[in-house]
Amino acid sequence: MRGPAGRCPNCGAPIQFRWSSAVQTVCASCRSVVVRHDVDLDAIGEISDLPPDSSPIQLGTEGRFDDKPFTVIGRIVYEHDEGGWNEWHLAFADGTSGWLSDAQAEYAVTRLTPPPKPLPKEADLTVGVRYDWPDGAFAITTLTHARYVGVDGELPFEYWGKDKMWFADLRRHDAVFATIDYSEEPPLLFVGRFVEYDDLGLRNVRTFEGW
Amino acid sequence: MVTNAPRTRGFNCSNCGAAVELRALQHTLTVACTSCGAILDPRDPNVHILQTAALKESVAPAIPLGTRGLWNGRMYEVIGFQRRSIGVELTRYSWDEYVLFNPYQGFRYLSCYQGHWNDIRIVHELPRVVSSKRPSAEYASVTHRHFQRALARTDLVLGEFPWRVRVGDEVTVDDYVAPPFLLSSERTGNEVTWSQGIYTDPRTIWQAFSLSGSPPRAHGVFANQPSPYRQGLAVAFRTFLVLAAILVLVLIGRLVTATDADVFSGNYVYRPGSPEQSFVTETFRLPHAATVDVDLSAAVQNGWLGLDLALINSDTGDAWNAAHEISYYSGVDSDGSWTEGSRQGWVRLPRVPAGEYYLRVEPEGDAQAAAGVGYTIRVRRDVPSLVPYGLAFVAILLPPVLVGWRAHVFERRRLQEGDYGE
Repeated sequence: MRGPAGRCPNCGAPIQFRWSSAVQTVCASCRSVVVRHDVDLDAIGEISDLPPDSSPIQLGTEGRFDDKPFTVIGRIVYEHDEGGWNEWHLAFADGTSGWLSDAQAEYAVTRLTPPPKPLPKEADLTVGVRYDWPDGAFAITTLTHARYVGVDGELPFEYWGKDKMWFADLRRHDAVFATIDYSEEPPLLFVGRFVEYDDLGLRNVRTFEGW
Repeated sequence: MVTNAPRTRGFNCSNCGAAVELRALQHTLTVACTSCGAILDPRDPNVHILQTAALKESVAPAIPLGTRGLWNGRMYEVIGFQRRSIGVELTRYSWDEYVLFNPYQGFRYLSCYQGHWNDIRIVHELPRVVSSKRPSAEYASVTHRHFQRALARTDLVLGEFPWRVRVGDEVTVDDYVAPPFLLSSERTGNEVTWSQGIYTDPRTIWQAFSLSGSPPRAHGVFANQPSPYRQGLAVAFRTFLVLAAILVLVLIGRLVTATDADVFSGNYVYRPGSPEQSFVTETFRLPHAATVDVDLSAAVQNGWLGLDLALINSDTGDAWNAAHEISYYSGVDSDGSWTEGSRQGWVRLPRVPAGEYYLRVEPEGDAQAAAGVGYTIRVRRDVPSLVPYGLAFVAILLPPVLVGWRAHVFERRRLQEGDYGE
């Protein structure tokens, strides 16, 4: 699962990809966003420090989902008028990847899923719109206009410097959960389910003074 | 890689200068100064007063902000408090809500209305709402029935909230109940947030958060308060079934083992006008203590025959008296033929001891039966009677009926608190 190694094109520090499919990482010493083109590494920009946040999860946190062990290797931080949330990039032991979203300590694990039928168009987005799914329809329950505030660690795609974008949260009568990310064209669909913190068996989490 | 995050962040209220703590740090979207009630922007608390809602009176939440307790197996800290109310006609009914926080497990809530407490969690799933005259919402395989729709107004906030809140905010709340569960939807704009509360004994809260004294007494019946009679009703009904089964078994046993034996039978004729009509029968034996039934039949026609009977123990002379009158009339009138009375009769004597007995019979009839009236006396012993079983059945039916009635009254009081009362 250990990916290729190289040196940061900006500062020369060693760069190690922990996940073989990672496309982007952030240099730990100079905070440059480093993108992989086959074996070449390309520094495409520098990012400022992430804003302080209160998530118990951090890069290197390990846990299990559906009995599959994972390691948190990357992160995208989003912010909107009503708060913000983290998308933690998970590398599963079987080489697949997923996302653990953490919005004010409410957790969901999702995976990039090819949509079985076209996703709702950005122009048609309203709360209540249905999206059919093989074993039960979703309804759009929340629309969020968010901007990304920062990235960290390894990501499966190039991700930085984006504008405000729409996210649609979809729910149904069970714990299954989906998000459509309209920052790409066509939009990306992530499907998974809500989880309780205690169900993830997380290790190497942040400690909070007094807790 | 372990980073220590500071426990709290503090600043001074830009309205009154009092110290304000941020316990949930970046999770907090609203913080209200506990001294003056001003609502501050936690991202930039020194500059922005979002709402100056000076407290008119000091409010002391039953669980003080900052209190920690082991709740549902995890440590939680009380970080926020709000008082909300709904208006029904001209009266406002208010309740309190507490925000509980743990940096790992996140948020949960406690609510209190007139001494009734609920332990509340956010529901991520979309409950399945079925519209009808009284809609229902299914969540976690439990069908919650609609109870009330109301416009809830925030009247007061203290401390921290993971959402934006202002005094005066109004949301439409729909409550669905399946005691002990209360499923609520709160609608703001086109977003709906669902939560589920479970009715909670306040003593567990007092214990968990080490509160002094004892919780205030609860008033009235609350929407999702479990009926105190529900379990009693189930117990009463089960007890009834068991007792009824025993009763039937005993009855069957009685019917099977009852001797129901003829011990004496005799035919007699009553002749009016004879000076002395009374006589005694020959003796008969009653082998066990048991009840004694005397069957009487008389060939009366438009007349009557009265019989005074005494069952006399020939050894001790103890006597048990009984009397019965047989009358039978028939005729034809403009409506057709009619009859009145019966030619059969029956008396039961109580349980008498075993022994040799005879009957003393004293007949009396009307004088018209010149030809005499034939009659028969038949004595049977140990004939099963259904009467005590009927009484016993009524007695064991009483508790479930009474508890059922009280349960019904309780449910009616519950409904009167919501939209579906009478």
